[in-house]
Amino acid sequence: MARLTINGTQRDIDVEPDTPLLWVLREQAGLTGTKYGCGVAQCGACTVHIDGVATRSCVMPVSAIEPEQQIVTIEGLSPDGSHPVQKAWLALDVPQCGYCQAGMIMAAASLIAQNPSPTDADIDAEITNICRCGTYNRVRAAIKAAADGSATSNG
Amino acid sequence: MTIVQSVSRRNFLVGSAAALGGLSLGFHLPLPGKALAADAAPEINAWVVVKPDETVVIRIARSEMGQGTLTGLAQLVAEELDCDWARVTTEYPTPGENLARSRVWGNFSTGGSRGIRESHDYVRQGGAAARQMLIAAAAAEWGVPAAECTTDKGTITHAASGRSTTYGKVADAAGRMTPPAEVTLKDPKDWTIAGQPLPRLDTADKLTGKQIYGTDLQLDGMLNAAIKACPVFGGKVQSFDAAAVADMPGVRKVVQVGETAVAVVADTWWRAKTALDALPIVWDEGPNTGVTSATIASMLEEGLDADEAFIGNQAGNAREALAGGAKTVSAVYGFPYQNHATMEPMNATALYTPEKCEVWVPTQNGEASLAAAAEASGLPVNQCEVYKIHLGGGFGRRGMQDYVTQVVHIAKEFPGTPVKLIWSREEDMLQGRYHPVTQGKLTGTLDADGNLTALHMRISGQSILAAVMPQRMQDGMDPIIFQGLTADSPEGHLGYTIPNLLIDHAMRNPPVPPGFWRGVNLNQNAIYLECFLDELAHAAGQDPLAFRRKLMANHPKHLAVLNAVAERIGWEEPAPEGRHRGLAQIMGFGSYVAAAAEVSVADGRLRIHRIVAATDPGHAVNPAQIERQVEGSFVYGLSACLYGECTVNGGRIEQENFDTYDVMRMADMPAVETIVMPSGGFWGGVGEPTIAVAAPAVLNAIFAATGKRIRQLPLKNHSLV
Repeated sequence: MARLTINGTQRDIDVEPDTPLLWVLREQAGLTGTKYGCGVAQCGACTVHIDGVATRSCVMPVSAIEPEQQIVTIEGLSPDGSHPVQKAWLALDVPQCGYCQAGMIMAAASLIAQNPSPTDADIDAEITNICRCGTYNRVRAAIKAAADGSATSNG
Repeated sequence: MTIVQSVSRRNFLVGSAAALGGLSLGFHLPLPGKALAADAAPEINAWVVVKPDETVVIRIARSEMGQGTLTGLAQLVAEELDCDWARVTTEYPTPGENLARSRVWGNFSTGGSRGIRESHDYVRQGGAAARQMLIAAAAAEWGVPAAECTTDKGTITHAASGRSTTYGKVADAAGRMTPPAEVTLKDPKDWTIAGQPLPRLDTADKLTGKQIYGTDLQLDGMLNAAIKACPVFGGKVQSFDAAAVADMPGVRKVVQVGETAVAVVADTWWRAKTALDALPIVWDEGPNTGVTSATIASMLEEGLDADEAFIGNQAGNAREALAGGAKTVSAVYGFPYQNHATMEPMNATALYTPEKCEVWVPTQNGEASLAAAAEASGLPVNQCEVYKIHLGGGFGRRGMQDYVTQVVHIAKEFPGTPVKLIWSREEDMLQGRYHPVTQGKLTGTLDADGNLTALHMRISGQSILAAVMPQRMQDGMDPIIFQGLTADSPEGHLGYTIPNLLIDHAMRNPPVPPGFWRGVNLNQNAIYLECFLDELAHAAGQDPLAFRRKLMANHPKHLAVLNAVAERIGWEEPAPEGRHRGLAQIMGFGSYVAAAAEVSVADGRLRIHRIVAATDPGHAVNPAQIERQVEGSFVYGLSACLYGECTVNGGRIEQENFDTYDVMRMADMPAVETIVMPSGGFWGGVGEPTIAVAAPAVLNAIFAATGKRIRQLPLKNHSLV
């Protein structure tokens, strides 16, 4: 049994304690926006926030998370896709296949929360998620747009 | 009867965005047993539905995997339909419905950058025919000649009588009109929707977690499966001890899948995978345990000088001319196995009963998925159905159907219960259909003035077609091994005129399964040819651009893209301090592409500062999406150039995850400038060709920076100090 606070709601989940948070989110909590890509914390598709910090949930056993810690997934980042990072992503039409993008967005949102004006070097160091479609340059541009508030509309 | 029901319009419309009335522009998934939605509108023709609220639903037969084909194809239909783009949504017809309607949507296969270029005519005709039927319906209602009516953004007007109506109001009547025998398509210069850099139709749900991929599918009562196939190619299952994991949490059953694999089925996927990892399996490793990267390299090296080879292009007498030149240069290049490494691992979900088999799958070829479902289930194809789901990357891997076959075999053990199979990343890495391995030996001769008088390019290595589509072999020859190198193929012909030329292939097929990997054989052919031309230019003491131009007088479109990148990067002016440049061009997938790279190498560390790319795809349906495909192509091509290598030991692949199979990330990414220069008159693909020029442009720039020729990829195995 694990007691977790996910997107502001505390829940008791019947699961083996060594189960990675990723799979609890996807299979017990029904939140499939967080993706499985590698299972070894290499690709970042599973990135969520734990107390605001971008965390690769595929190697995080639920037993290591306290009930009061705040887990936020892509579904909880904003109620309606209105987080500045999501708006910037829409304005720049960033995704291609989109599979890695929830993890990218969560990593970017955490970066901007901690560093409101990230430089290229900051982005290179902090955004190490893998995108096989190759959206990196648009991810970079969208992070900068979100940081300076310039992304307002799609077009 | 139920058989007909399974592919009837009734079931088909259940899955449509129109029927479910979704606000988002993505696809909605068909769920079993769900009743027909009340507001389902009748179609005008196979391609177009207009609902009473003026929403236009455009049917898309090709698969969306990130490449933007969904948006581009919808633009082409909407252009001819003359509807309001802001009201356009899309849906996938099912492969079963296609079969039942005499393949009214044509080919579902999505690969080879063919989505738009091989269906632009009939999808535009579909849009144009629907427009005429809408006009005919309005004209009949008004009692006026159809020829006097005009359309604009979904509105039909008869100016003489001052009447107008909308598509949604006459759609029902339009669907009953006789389709026109002939339609006239617009001249691309008059396009207002096609040709525009429109945003994608499928972005919004990818930002919120709402987009459902195959791995995300949830069906009532669904079980989950994890699988391991014998990691040694050609091996099979000898035995396994199901009892050892039977009591683990959630486990329902251990299932042998065919001769080669074992799956654990459990209530959740994590429990299935945990039990599979604990399951004792003994493999019969078969005949290939002695195969290593070294034995494969020896096999290919033997082919470099073998007497017998298939000829792909020849002119003059290269062998004779090579013996008599003033200066002869020779070099051997090699390109290793690559995994597609889609971010979403292979997966599929199946629901089997003795009467019906349904499969939900992210697939590049829905019809091939349907055929695989029929074969694996043992049911007639009209008792099977496939529901396509957006792909979390495809790159060629999802044209193969091995995971569909597996999931149907597993689901047959649980009649009436849906089973979702997800491969682990390790399974995905070990059971790939790898970019084939080849080596290229190139020999060229220069005359006393430094002109290239003869070139022999010998490719030794693996044929994809021989393994995957033997029916497409031509008298034992694999024609696509020569991608970009042939004399006159509209798919991709050589952009140089060389008086004495021989390009041939010694086929050597190691026991590692090959597949179509984004860019296919154009990738290594461009590296071998364009890097070697750079070598020849330096041997001749000539500028690499000037050296190429002398060979390109008969190839103006190849030359135009090369000139465009040279001009943009400032080839004629010196590079910034410490930076060095390289060029490459080729034609493939029907398009002309070139790249110029600017790099620096300091303390052995490569930095790619800038890449300029030019593409002439004939017609550009969406320049914004072409830019994205070009940027993505650099990531795919440079990932292979810098890092990509699947090595073989003991008859199996050694790299099992991204920790040992690294790919390009943000910090490696250069600035990319894209020049889209459609010259009209033909339709080329854009999802793949640029991949091929990424690596040679960078490798030639590395030579300019360091004097080192990197001939065996990937770069990570070489020191640049």
